[in-house]
This record gives sequence, structure tokens and C-alpha cells, in this order.
Amino acid sequence: MTRPLNRTKSIAMKLAIKLAFRNLIGAGLRTWLNVIVLSFSYVIIIWMNGVMIGWEEQAKHDMTNWQIGGGQYWHQTYDPFDPFTLSESHAPVPSELSDAVAKGDIAPMLIVQGTLYPQGRMQSIAIKGIDPKQTVLSQPSHRLDTIVDGIPAIIGAMMAHDMALQKGDRVTLRWRDANGTFDAATVVIVDIFTTNVPAVESGQVYISLQKLQEMTLLPNHATTLTLKNNKVQTPEVDGWAIKTKDTLTKSVDDLIQTKTAGLSIFYFILLLLAMLAIFDTMVLSIFRRQKEIGTYVALGYTRHQVVGLFTVEGAMYSILAALVGAAYGLPFLAWQAKAGWTMPMDVSEFGMAIAQTLYPVYSLGLVVTTVLIVVLTTTIVSYWPSRKIAKMNPTEALRGKIQ
Amino acid sequence: MGKGEFTALKGINLTFGKGEFAGLIGPSGSGKTTLLNIIGSLDVPSDGEAMVLGNSIGKLNSKQAAQLRKENLGFIFQSYNLLQVHTVYENVEFPLLLLKHSAAERKKMVLDALEWVGLTDKIKSKPPQLSGGECQRVAIARAMVKRPSLVLADEPTANLDAANSHNVLQTMEKLNRELETTFIFATHDEKVISYLRRKIFLLDGRVDNDETVKSN
Repeated sequence: MTRPLNRTKSIAMKLAIKLAFRNLIGAGLRTWLNVIVLSFSYVIIIWMNGVMIGWEEQAKHDMTNWQIGGGQYWHQTYDPFDPFTLSESHAPVPSELSDAVAKGDIAPMLIVQGTLYPQGRMQSIAIKGIDPKQTVLSQPSHRLDTIVDGIPAIIGAMMAHDMALQKGDRVTLRWRDANGTFDAATVVIVDIFTTNVPAVESGQVYISLQKLQEMTLLPNHATTLTLKNNKVQTPEVDGWAIKTKDTLTKSVDDLIQTKTAGLSIFYFILLLLAMLAIFDTMVLSIFRRQKEIGTYVALGYTRHQVVGLFTVEGAMYSILAALVGAAYGLPFLAWQAKAGWTMPMDVSEFGMAIAQTLYPVYSLGLVVTTVLIVVLTTTIVSYWPSRKIAKMNPTEALRGKIQ
Repeated sequence: MGKGEFTALKGINLTFGKGEFAGLIGPSGSGKTTLLNIIGSLDVPSDGEAMVLGNSIGKLNSKQAAQLRKENLGFIFQSYNLLQVHTVYENVEFPLLLLKHSAAERKKMVLDALEWVGLTDKIKSKPPQLSGGECQRVAIARAMVKRPSLVLADEPTANLDAANSHNVLQTMEKLNRELETTFIFATHDEKVISYLRRKIFLLDGRVDNDETVKSN
């Protein structure tokens, strides 16, 4: 019994789709206005989600290159959000990792508190010692081998802007050594690098690791050890905590999730406008097409089948909109993925790992989910007013007398 | 009867045989459309029993009633009730789609039906492009395409001029004779009445007179 029943349902659905399609095409401009509004929702939702995914990928990529590599060891007392822990957060590079450090698979970094005096102003900073020969992070550390009359230092573009420093400037740096004794020297800015990761430049000055170890009387000491990639062996080391890449990028995930949740309000409003148009069209359509509804019943439809027909008709707006959206949306989305979206304002001071130009990234899952959500919402919105048909008296509907 | 309700039909006892060309005749409010709707299973009697092709209308559920209409009944309405966005061909094809005929069968049956009513040259036209007479002939083709046992026509000539009325009535009479389809009209139009072979006069919901015209 199941097979013939399923076949009957399938034929009824095909017929409903066929009729709905004819009705929609026959309705002309009204249909196309709804379809265009709805297709706009598709394209915008996919594009904006694509931008968010692109941002997430870019932020993680930049963080990997500039800040966290393939994961890190942190000295057990190191807390990047508490500068007062820095004086205690260092230890000699563990012997278990010496070989990896020597091979360049791990980049040690010593971080100490210091004070910079640009143009007589006093600015608290973090002094970061980095091996000039390291290739784990993207900072141009090789510039620290420059021979100048002072300590060669590199800073980020935003830091340079904030401190009013330029390449070649000389500035006084003060620090405390391991014994708590203050000392000062002149550093020369040998390079200013540009990055999308504010966490590696804001209030930071990079100098040679060996030089910083000498200045602080902390030979071979480090605060963090950054892995080149996730293939580097990470044995448990006493006094050091392993931070995986996933743990370190969680903040980006959280940020993107928050932003996406905020954007979903925008999607909701966009969809609501499209749904209002469809709801209005369906209500008007049911009122205007009473005779047609009565005719369907007279020709052999049950009232519930007519409800189904009108629901399918409404849902087909979303299918047509997907096709229309694909026609102009695909070239637009492809162009955006290639050319990117450049934000109209300067993003360097946002304090987030965000590039000036974001390249949207689209996935099949994103497209399928968006289409399903829009189709489902449209179906519900179409079904809502169509339920009225089930209560219609067909003889009155045939005469178009229902108010 | 409750407040605001009235009895449309009282003590009706009628039987229609195969191939009849009969009419329910009476002024507005006489109950002819109500009776036609009950026969068409679009309405149910509040009392009594209406048997159509072996089915008790009052006992049918909505699916069974829809099945009866789909398979055995054809309707012709005063204002044609064609599907405006569909072509003539699609309008006539519609009942066959519901009956799940194959595409080849549908094509043959639709063309046959359009030939009966003389509209084979209008298959691609849509109702707004047709005259009233042509629209009613499309409605006749739609009612007849599935070769129903019974066709119910409610004031089929009310919106037509005299020439078109005669044309439409002649078409229906021809189909009645050739296919032996039973036609029941609800009308007060003299032109229709002149074609009927059985005339049932209704007055205030009762049968006032039931006369059969002797054929020549």
C-alpha cells in the first residue's frame, strides 16, 4: 500500500509545483518584484556571512603568521593580560627543546617591561626579545642585525603612529635587569612593519633576543616559545604550559561568533521585509482568487489540497529567487571573493585582527543553509494565510462572495 | 432553524437518468443553485438524502466528495471561472492532470474537447484574450474533456448575448446527444429553457412543476 500512496503524493506534488509555477509566471510583475526582493536577501546574507568567514580565516592566518605560529609554550606564570607578571615570567629555554630551537623550529621570545621616552614623553611598553634569524614569525627580525649607533629596534606601524616615531629615530629605552636595577640606552628604529594583528605591535618594541638577555642579565631566558607549525613535537616540559593553536585562536572564534550573532539581526530584518511582501501578496492573492479557489474545489481538489497548492506557490518564490539570485549573485560573489571588500574607514585602530580589505569566503554549507532557511521561512509565511482557504465555503468562493 | 438561517429546499424528490438534458428553472432564491451545488457535492443537505451516481452526498467526507467531482462531474459556471493565467489548452488540460493521464493521452483528449467546441485555433490564447462566448466554450470543453457522467451548468448563458447563448447551447446539446452525458442546468433564461428536454420548475425551494418535453 505504501508505494502507490507515495506515488500518488509525488504526482500531486509535481502537479502542485507545475500549477504553482504557471500561476507565478502568469502573475507577471507582482511575482518578479517579490522574487527580486527575496533574491536580494539571499545574496546579501551569503555575502555578509562570506565576509565574516573570510575575516575569521584572515584573522587566524595573520595571527598564526605574526603571533602564535603553530602553537606556543608559555612560562607557567605568564599572563599576557597582566604586565606585572612579566618580571617573574621567564626561565631558561628547556633542554628538551634546545634542538628544536637550534633547528629554527621553535622561536624563543623574552618579554620584559620597559619605558620608552619618545620626544620626552614617557610610555610604558613591553620589550620583546626576538632572534634576528628566526623564521617562525613574520616580524622582520632580520632588520635587528642592522649596525647602528644604538640598539636596533623594530616597531609596528600603529605603534609608530601612536608614539610619533619614524624609521631612523633614536629614542631612550629604560628597563630593569634581573636584580631590579634600572638601566637605560638609546634604541634606533631600523624598521617599521605593517600588520593586521594589533596584539603584536601595540605598546611593543622588538630588539634582538640576545641583546635583551644581556641587558636584563637573563642569559638564555625566554617567556614564550613559538612553534613553527603543528608538526613540531611538543613534549610536556616542567614549568611551561603548552598552548595549542586552537586555544590561542579561541578569542577570534568568540569575536566572530559575537559579530555573526549581531549580523543575524540584520539578516532577520532583511528576511522580515521580504516575508512581509510575500505574506501581503499571499493574503491579497487568496482574497482576489476566491473564484479560482472555488474552481479548484469544483474540479476535484479538496480544500486542504488547495491550501497545499497556495503554499507551494508561495514557497516557489524562494526557489525562483534562488535562481534569480544565482544569476546576478554568483558573478557578484565571485568578484568579491577575488577583489575583496575594502572597508571605507581606517581599521588599524579597531584593536582587532582585521585587514583593511576582507576577502569573502563562501562554502557549500553556507549556500545550502541560507537557501534552506529562506525556503523554509517562505513556506511557513505562505502557509500562514493559506490556512484560511481550508475554512472557505466553496460555493461562496465560486461566486467570489467571501469578504 | 436557527436565527438567520432559512430552508432553501423543501420536500424535493427528483431522479435524473443517464443522458438527460434537464433544467432547474426558477427565479432568484428559488433554490436551484443550492440544489445544483448539492448534486455537485459542493454543499450537503441539512436533512434528507441526495444520491449521486450511487454516492450519498451527505455521507461523503471531503476526499470522497472531491474524488466524485474529479472523476464524474463537470461544472460550467455563469462567469466561466477559467484560470486566468493559464492558456486555453492548460485550462482544458487541468481536470486530466488531476486524473493523472499521461501527456500523450492528455494532448489527444484536450484537442478532441477543443474540437467539439470549435476552439482548436485558440489553444495558446489566455482567457482575457477571448470573448465571453469563447470563454464559455472553453469552460464547456474543460467540463467535458474527462467525459464525465454528469455536467452541472449554473446560469451558463447569463453573461452571453443571444447569438453566443445559442451557439453554446447547441454545443452542449450536441455533446449530450453524442456522448450521452447528463446535463443539469440551473437557469431562468428563456433561451436555455427552450433547449431543455426536461423542465423542473422550482418555487420557494419546492418543485412546482416537472415536465418532460416530448421529442419530435
